[in-house]
Amino acid sequence: MAKIDFKVPQFRPYAAIPNIQPGVMKGKGPYVAKPEMQKPLGFPGELVDNWQQVAIEKMGELLKKYRSLQVYLDACVKCGACTDKCHYFLGTSDPKNMPVARQDLLRQVYRRYFTFSGKYFPNLVGAEDLTREILDDWYNYYHQCSQCRRCSVACPYGIDTADISMAAREIMDAIGLGQKYSNEIIGKVFKIGNNLGLPGPALENTLEGLEEDIKMDTGIDVRLPLNEAGADVLLVTPSADFFAEPHMDGLIGYAKVFHQAGISWTLSSHASEAANFALFIGSYDNMRKISMRIREAALDLKVKRIVFGECGHAWRVAYSFLNTLAGPFDFLDPNYPVPQHICEFTYELLQKGALKLDKSANDHRRITYHDSCNVARASRMGPMPGGQFIIPRELIKASCNYFYDMLPETLYDQTFCCGGGGGLLTDELIEVRVKGALPRMEALKQVVDDYGVTHMAAICAICKTQFAKVLPYYGFEMDQIVSLHQLVGDAIVL
Amino acid sequence: MGFLTAFYALAFYVATAIFIFGLGYKIYQYARTPAPLKVPTTPAPVTQSGAVFRILTEVVIFKSLFRANKWIWLFGIAFHGALLVVLLRHLRYFIEPVWTWVVLLQPFGKYAAFVMLIGLLGLLARRLLVERVRYISAPSDYLMLILLLVIGISGVMMTFVTHTDIVNLKKFMLGVLYLDWQPIPTDPSLLIHLAAVILLMIIFPFSKLLHAPGVFFSPSRNQVDNPREQRHVAPWAIEHYESRTAPASASTQSPQTAS
Repeated sequence: MAKIDFKVPQFRPYAAIPNIQPGVMKGKGPYVAKPEMQKPLGFPGELVDNWQQVAIEKMGELLKKYRSLQVYLDACVKCGACTDKCHYFLGTSDPKNMPVARQDLLRQVYRRYFTFSGKYFPNLVGAEDLTREILDDWYNYYHQCSQCRRCSVACPYGIDTADISMAAREIMDAIGLGQKYSNEIIGKVFKIGNNLGLPGPALENTLEGLEEDIKMDTGIDVRLPLNEAGADVLLVTPSADFFAEPHMDGLIGYAKVFHQAGISWTLSSHASEAANFALFIGSYDNMRKISMRIREAALDLKVKRIVFGECGHAWRVAYSFLNTLAGPFDFLDPNYPVPQHICEFTYELLQKGALKLDKSANDHRRITYHDSCNVARASRMGPMPGGQFIIPRELIKASCNYFYDMLPETLYDQTFCCGGGGGLLTDELIEVRVKGALPRMEALKQVVDDYGVTHMAAICAICKTQFAKVLPYYGFEMDQIVSLHQLVGDAIVL
Repeated sequence: MGFLTAFYALAFYVATAIFIFGLGYKIYQYARTPAPLKVPTTPAPVTQSGAVFRILTEVVIFKSLFRANKWIWLFGIAFHGALLVVLLRHLRYFIEPVWTWVVLLQPFGKYAAFVMLIGLLGLLARRLLVERVRYISAPSDYLMLILLLVIGISGVMMTFVTHTDIVNLKKFMLGVLYLDWQPIPTDPSLLIHLAAVILLMIIFPFSKLLHAPGVFFSPSRNQVDNPREQRHVAPWAIEHYESRTAPASASTQSPQTAS
């Protein structure tokens, strides 16, 4: 663990709401994108001279394009129901991390420039001119939001801070104040094809290496095909699955599932990335561009189905937006939803009896499951509402003998974010990431103490990376986070 | 014809116009602005009727608020529920003859006023005493509660303490409605009550009271969870991306216009 210059939160005897400590997380925010990272996304390279004017114009444009923003900025009554729902507030105590206060950073400016009351009675309604100080607060605190939507579930009007933080980031991009982490990665996707900047030949090598690993482990030739035209299924998976732990073990799991089911599949070097970081910066335009790669790959490779690997926000974009952004997909097999989640795919096979699983292969593990926020609150699996909670758990139960859920108020549609989502998975934000993980770490601690849980499974690349990083801060081991399909893969009898 | 009569009568016309046109404009604005992406908070209903039911549970029983915070829910539903009964009771001042169900409602309406006041005081107490809520409160948030308290207390005063001349009040109200002005009774509690109501009507379309129409238009609550089955595209997105490019023309399926 690297040297740290902040205090890691202590586990609390009971989950009390912290007293507010104004300004404790005030800061410069994450690194600002350099001009060469801004340009490929269509944003000004650096802060433009007339940034106030451009920002207000951009806000006006977004208000006309997104009803969500217009209604959410108007409707809040400051009831306070959301104030204790954000993991970043619970972990940091900074009141600007309360969802309503985070929204108010934008709302105060909206009121000043777009409402009668804010124009003529600014002090009465808390309206503020857009100053450099407010812009700094935007940059800092809108990058302490993982866009997890937990507050939206609590709001009587469904006001979604994720939408507001996306709009704020879009406004900041429009004036040349972009975030390095997200924007640099989006640039890599455009230039090379994936977040990690892994070029085609390197990807091919990696996949061959994984095939050899499986062969060594099991003695069986399980393939990880790349760019194979005519395959039934195009698998689009986060590029972390090619490189990072525990992600790779998940990819091996998918490969074993395809192998046993006898369904031909392929990865694509053109769409070698499921992630779509343009979601985090609220950019419809860039989100669409990234999504179009998947359509193009599906057409080029003449596949019949598209399946997404384990990635939370990617599944949100895929499930909720892909048809909107890159559809219609009437050239694919109409018997399957487009796209499908790898868990839906595996579950379907499981129900048909097409998979042979030996649960005892996972007997050395006692498993709990972390609902990833974008899967839980912004998408679905299967035909039933809530299938996104049932299907992954059914897969774990079919693969493991020992499964224990954490407290229900930390799961399902009230699940706590890992602390690293929404474009926050970057080293300079480690303090907010560690502190934001507190509620999930506490819930994990409870099942570790009560049931001897050894591993937590997840189906999100960001969650896996974030947990691998922050688990040690809380006294756990970094390898206690596993991919769901690692469990499936280990249990499959080939 | 006294000054007060003319003042209040004219104020009612102005307030009603601002209320109707102001609110009408906001509803038009919300209805006209597209929701370009499918963003219901899930699990969400998969049918249109399911989505309507979901909105109803939010509007009638404040379902999300109940899950989120029991105290705010309790005070909130006490205030809103009682306000509804009190408002319905007030129909008797605007119609002649009075409908039977409005007559039957009178005793409930009278005492509902106390429930309404308890709800408002509870909400005010939270705003003052809970540090987190105090932090997010602007002066207007307190003033809104105080305005509603003034309306409620002055109303209760007239019902239970210093009765106003209710017969002449009704003549005044009907006179305002039918453009045949009659003198307004001049008890202070009545004048305060009516002035506060007029003020509330005027600020309604410019304030957070827009949560009332807003809740019906909230995409996270009113959308159907069917993005894979039904293509959903905003008019501006079609215009910008699809009017010249391949995807839309390659298909016979027409996208559902985002609404």
